[in-house]
Amino acid sequence: MSRPRKQIHLAAHFPGVNNTTVWSDPRSGSHIDFDSFRRFAQVAERAKFDFLFLAEGLRLREQNGRIYDLDVVGRPDTFAVLAALAGVTDRLGLAGTINSTFNEPFEVARQFATLDHLSAGRAAWNVVTSWDAFTGENFRRGGFLPQDQRYERAESFLDAAGVLFDSWAGVEVTADKAATFLGGVPGDGPGRYAVHDNHFDISGQFTVPQSPQGRPVIFQAGDSEQGREFAAASADAIFTRHGTLEAGQAFYADIKGRLGRFGRTHDQLLVLPAATFALGDTQEQAEENAADIRRRQVSGQTAIKLAEQLWNLDLSDHDPDGPVPTVDPVVGENTIARGRASVRQHTDPRETAQKWRDLAAEKGLSLRGVVIEMSARQTFVGTPERVADLIDEYVQAHASDGFILVPHITPDGLADFADSVVPILQERGVFRTEYTGTTLREHLGLALPANTKKAVAS
Amino acid sequence: MTPLHLAIALDGAGWHPAAWREPTARPAELFTAGYWVDLVRSAEAGLLDFVTVEDSFDLPPLSLDPQHVQGRLDAVLTACRVAPLTERIGLVPTQVATHTEPFHAAKAIATLDFVSRGRAGTRIQVSHRATEFANVGRRTPPDVRDADQLGVLFDEAADHVEVSRRLWDSWEDDAEIRDAATGRFIDRSKVHYIDFAGDFFSVKGPSIVPRPPQGQPVVTALAHVEHAYRLAARSADIVFVTPRDADDAAHIVGLVREAEAEAGREQGEVRVFADLVVFLDRPGESGAARRARLDAADGTEGTEYASDAAILTGSAALVADVLASWQHAGISGYRLRPAALPDDLDAITADLVPELQSRGLFRREYAETTLRERLGLDRPPSRYASAAAATAATGSTAVTTGGVA
Ligand SMILES: Cc1cc2nc3c(=O)[nH]c(=O)nc-3n(C[C@H](O)[C@H](O)[C@H](O)COP(=O)(O)O)c2cc1C
Repeated sequence: MSRPRKQIHLAAHFPGVNNTTVWSDPRSGSHIDFDSFRRFAQVAERAKFDFLFLAEGLRLREQNGRIYDLDVVGRPDTFAVLAALAGVTDRLGLAGTINSTFNEPFEVARQFATLDHLSAGRAAWNVVTSWDAFTGENFRRGGFLPQDQRYERAESFLDAAGVLFDSWAGVEVTADKAATFLGGVPGDGPGRYAVHDNHFDISGQFTVPQSPQGRPVIFQAGDSEQGREFAAASADAIFTRHGTLEAGQAFYADIKGRLGRFGRTHDQLLVLPAATFALGDTQEQAEENAADIRRRQVSGQTAIKLAEQLWNLDLSDHDPDGPVPTVDPVVGENTIARGRASVRQHTDPRETAQKWRDLAAEKGLSLRGVVIEMSARQTFVGTPERVADLIDEYVQAHASDGFILVPHITPDGLADFADSVVPILQERGVFRTEYTGTTLREHLGLALPANTKKAVAS
Repeated sequence: MTPLHLAIALDGAGWHPAAWREPTARPAELFTAGYWVDLVRSAEAGLLDFVTVEDSFDLPPLSLDPQHVQGRLDAVLTACRVAPLTERIGLVPTQVATHTEPFHAAKAIATLDFVSRGRAGTRIQVSHRATEFANVGRRTPPDVRDADQLGVLFDEAADHVEVSRRLWDSWEDDAEIRDAATGRFIDRSKVHYIDFAGDFFSVKGPSIVPRPPQGQPVVTALAHVEHAYRLAARSADIVFVTPRDADDAAHIVGLVREAEAEAGREQGEVRVFADLVVFLDRPGESGAARRARLDAADGTEGTEYASDAAILTGSAALVADVLASWQHAGISGYRLRPAALPDDLDAITADLVPELQSRGLFRREYAETTLRERLGLDRPPSRYASAAAATAATGSTAVTTGGVA
């Protein structure tokens, strides 16, 4: 009654290459064919979601020196998919994860500015650092960047891209057939720029006029102190993994509390955790459904592989239905699993291993049972009513500004949620029933960058 | 007579620098999707083989002048944007080999092949201007007067294509098995490291994108000089050349064939397309009149538009005569550069195509679905599949990775 209820932001994460996706399900389709992306995007747009989200991995994951074969493997190019999706959707935002280590600002800025034009203002960029030397083996410079410099380069990269995005500021596409194109000044074409810092020494003329959003919406996904500072300074939204109410509230307060130091206000950075869900007609059915999904997400083999990532040891002889290993994890550089963002989630492997053992003892669980408990818990389990309640509660209680939903079935796993949960949120007046704007910035309630004159007509 | 192939080279408002001033031009829309979708759909309605989309890592020197179009969208994204809204036409965006990561470039074209269901190609471009190097930094631009330095750039481009081709082959067609019984999503013995190590970069692989529908998307390159003919002969399926006349066409085809032999490829494997700028007659206006008007609009009296390619001005019948006669010189297709868009594109589809059809020189419907099929190119097996099979048969572990697929 007192305060107006916060509006919820919802996004759809096209399931990627990890054990969330239950590819063995008969309803599971291609993760590569464009038709899968089209269907997924069209469900999200039908449900009036803010945006579609794509993760990135630039090398096939390996474990014990071999290509990982238990999860979905492979994904198409992010820019190519998003540009194609712009042709089969009208309003849905299109967010791509693109790393700042194995790219150059001129090229990435060109691609995002182009995507923003071709989608009439719906582009977003999730800036990640993918720093490891393993990924670097696919690129010209190799694994050239030490870990402690990856955010430094990311900051320089984003600054440089910003200079490029802004290089046509104030220049509208005016083509007066009798006079000049864009009304430029001879000898001093628009788009002139120069960037000289520790990471980049570039100058010239940017090729793409200012795009409808001025620059894409900027996301950050990283949880370290450096990552949080980077987000507070530069991002429009932060993609996190803090799934519980308490962890979410703590993270939310921390992140929003950092903004003031950068001269920014609360509403200039949205907190959007990833969320998984399991639905049912009754709570019991939903719980059963959830348990069934977890069992399928974590086969015995998968449990061993996930344990190996924590222990940093070959555990292939271990019985997944037996106890949690009693040996201590090998601490230091992870040599067992490569190319996995989650590897570095285990900040203190010994402590985590002990937690696993304690949990096994307390609940009488096997190794697989513990892995299921620890790694495969759905964020929201229940009837559509209950899930809508929870999502609303989390947002109103400042644990997040909304969620990026990751269904476990590709590509149609979002449809249930779209058809059952979304209408309830709409009825409560906490989620839009129609798009009121055309750009992603408008969906997210973010202002246009200061020097963006106006959206270019589409 | 053998039917010929026709492609359209799309760039801005057309190839004449004053094209954007034409009454039918849509210069304010050059940076919107609708403009490109309309052009490619209209080329598709004319049954054309494919469109290319120009690009570069800076703006061409001309466009620093506000008398000319300034700015350009990324070509690969433009092609991807159009792909789901077209059915049959091939889509061949430009990629700059010198300033891009072959790993990114290869996966982008593989994905274009997925989103277009087998209609993707790439036009590999060697960039040598200092201004382009300055946009990327890190490297000293070559001295363009030094043939050796230029040669090095072409070698780098050849490596770039070689990496793309290996990455496209790095997943065998049936690598994805989704074997629920064993819990394996892929058969990892069918996903291969490419282990490319060259003078300019090394790339481990495999690709993150499975093998694209065409297996190998179509690789094209524009070539005017010896270095470029050699690059095309080593790496491309199609080379765009710029003969002045039929004799010159015969001469250039000869050079390409020599380079082909030198690269160890079969005679005629590389399709030779001639580039031509066209100003075509339209009802109520001759091509010559349009050309004169555009020249006048572009600057001082008496300045004439010039191009690296030959310029054809006149009726569809006249252009058809030229296309037919150069075929004898070994030209298998043409990449027409419309002087003004959409006028010259409209004239190509409305007048030139029917003229060629009536002479039995052009298709009356799209028979094939993929671009390779349309060009008469087989879908090659993955080089690693053959190597793996050979290894199984002989017990040898040597993997042949040289040459082109
Ligand atoms: C929710 C979330 C999603 C992420 N997604 C990706 C991704 O798709 N690709 C990637 O390379 N890194 C991804 N990362 C990794 C981060 O971008 C970052 O590189 C990593 O977390 C290390 O940064 P940190 O030390 O600040 O956490 C993700 C991280 C988080 C928290």
